[in-house]
Amino acid sequence: MSGRYELRFSGAGGQGLILAGVIMAEAASIYDGKQAVQSQSYGPEARGGASKSEVIISEGPVDYPKATHVDALLALTQEACDKYVHDLKEGGVLLLDSDLVQKHPAGKYNITSFPIINTAKNEVGREIVANIVALGAMVALTGVVSREAAEKAVLSRVPEAFLELNKKAFNTGYEKALEAKK
Amino acid sequence: MAKKVAFLQGNEAAAHGALYAGCRFFAGYPITPSTEVAEVLSNELPKVGGKFIQMEDEIAAMAAVIGGALGGAKTLTATSGPGLSLKQELIGYACIAEIPCVIYNVMRGGPSTGMPTGPSQSDIMCARWGTHGDHATIALLPASVQECFEMTVQAFNLAEKYRLPVFVMPDEIVGHMRERIEFPEPGEMEVLDRIKPTVPPEQYKPYDTQFGDVPPLASFGSGYKFHVTGLNKLPDGFPTTKADYVQAEEERQIRKVMADVDNIVDFEEYLLDDAEIVVVAFGSTSRSARFAVNEARKQGIKVGMFRIKTVWPFPDKQIKALAGKVKAFITPEMNLGMCTIEVERCAEGKAPVLGIFRVDGEPINPGQILDKMKEVK
Repeated sequence: MSGRYELRFSGAGGQGLILAGVIMAEAASIYDGKQAVQSQSYGPEARGGASKSEVIISEGPVDYPKATHVDALLALTQEACDKYVHDLKEGGVLLLDSDLVQKHPAGKYNITSFPIINTAKNEVGREIVANIVALGAMVALTGVVSREAAEKAVLSRVPEAFLELNKKAFNTGYEKALEAKK
Repeated sequence: MAKKVAFLQGNEAAAHGALYAGCRFFAGYPITPSTEVAEVLSNELPKVGGKFIQMEDEIAAMAAVIGGALGGAKTLTATSGPGLSLKQELIGYACIAEIPCVIYNVMRGGPSTGMPTGPSQSDIMCARWGTHGDHATIALLPASVQECFEMTVQAFNLAEKYRLPVFVMPDEIVGHMRERIEFPEPGEMEVLDRIKPTVPPEQYKPYDTQFGDVPPLASFGSGYKFHVTGLNKLPDGFPTTKADYVQAEEERQIRKVMADVDNIVDFEEYLLDDAEIVVVAFGSTSRSARFAVNEARKQGIKVGMFRIKTVWPFPDKQIKALAGKVKAFITPEMNLGMCTIEVERCAEGKAPVLGIFRVDGEPINPGQILDKMKEVK
């Protein structure tokens, strides 16, 4: 299992978590010279329902594409936190939205909590970029991909008109996470 | 020059593989978890002079694919289990009328509608025997995004070479997961085209086997006129009930594939040289198996993996050869034992076959396979 870093982005369908996972994996495999696999599971609903996106990053080939012992978990809803925390490693990174996940799980986790969706809405300017705020925070907390690679991956996925918005979302998330961690 | 790379889903990679192979016609009906193939091709086919049609239902899509192929195009449809069931009547038609085409089927649960967004590997037998009557089947099982591309190219080559429908069957995990892919340059991978007739139209017979078991195929609209039917037929394509002829023709249509089985069957052998236990796996499950084999090796267990890449024709010869040498086979699959009965058939009682079956919409994890290895005495 050494050399294998597992991330899980979870929340409700429609929150853009699959995309956040895809961008994290692209940052690793296209811009950071590592290998990565992204996979997802979701319900039949277009919105709502528990949704998760998993990313495995490694220096070498990634065989099993799903998480086994999660190194870092993002949960944007209480339901997702309760459902997906079970295989987070002891001491693993756990990033929570402080407004939506108020009941913290028992267990020795490295918890960082700040109002992710609220930050997107009020500080960045659009709730729709909450996933990119969360991504910035996950990059800051895990260090599994470089900040530069992640920013490049974000910008390569975004339409021209929204470059600045997403750049701001990414960097705000990155800084906020470091502050909240202190 | 650096190769073009991208970070794609298996389904997206397959669509690009189809374009690389020269596919210029797609007909389908949207179904999870295969829809990305249609999405990509609806954008890309018009750019290369191809045609994309969303049909009114699954069987109509299969009909359009057959029609397109008879018009001379390389044709593709994409579907999943419920759609594969609905297409069966015309898959049989493509078999008996010997029409080259590719069916890309992403496996979700079943029977019937099952669990649309969950993974499965339970269409193995539907591809083989879903349509009635004796017929040869070629079906490929990719395990990575790169293989979704490459096996789709290979499927077109096999369809063109042997004049029959060929299946590419990722499970939902492989179809939907994303990985880095390196696109081969044009010309880097072999691309085959069907053999066209050399005789003038008035002498052409669509099932003339005087040059071999795979008769040349003319395209409608090129001046050649011929009859196509689902009935047993004579070399000129018209129906017959002549006993000797029907028997010989049915046998030829299977022989054209099985006589060349060594050139068709593809597989991967992983750490088999000293293996006492062999995991026979395919698709995403083979990735769990590789993980488990690596872990077991660290613990001193002599285990390897035989990865099935071509499930039909089944790798009989290879499994039979292993059966005489190993203590046990382990067969993890996301169904209740479809490949396992084939492995048992080939093992001929010489080695036990221990199945690990899962149909709850969750993948078989490496720990389950590792536990099974430890049960082998």
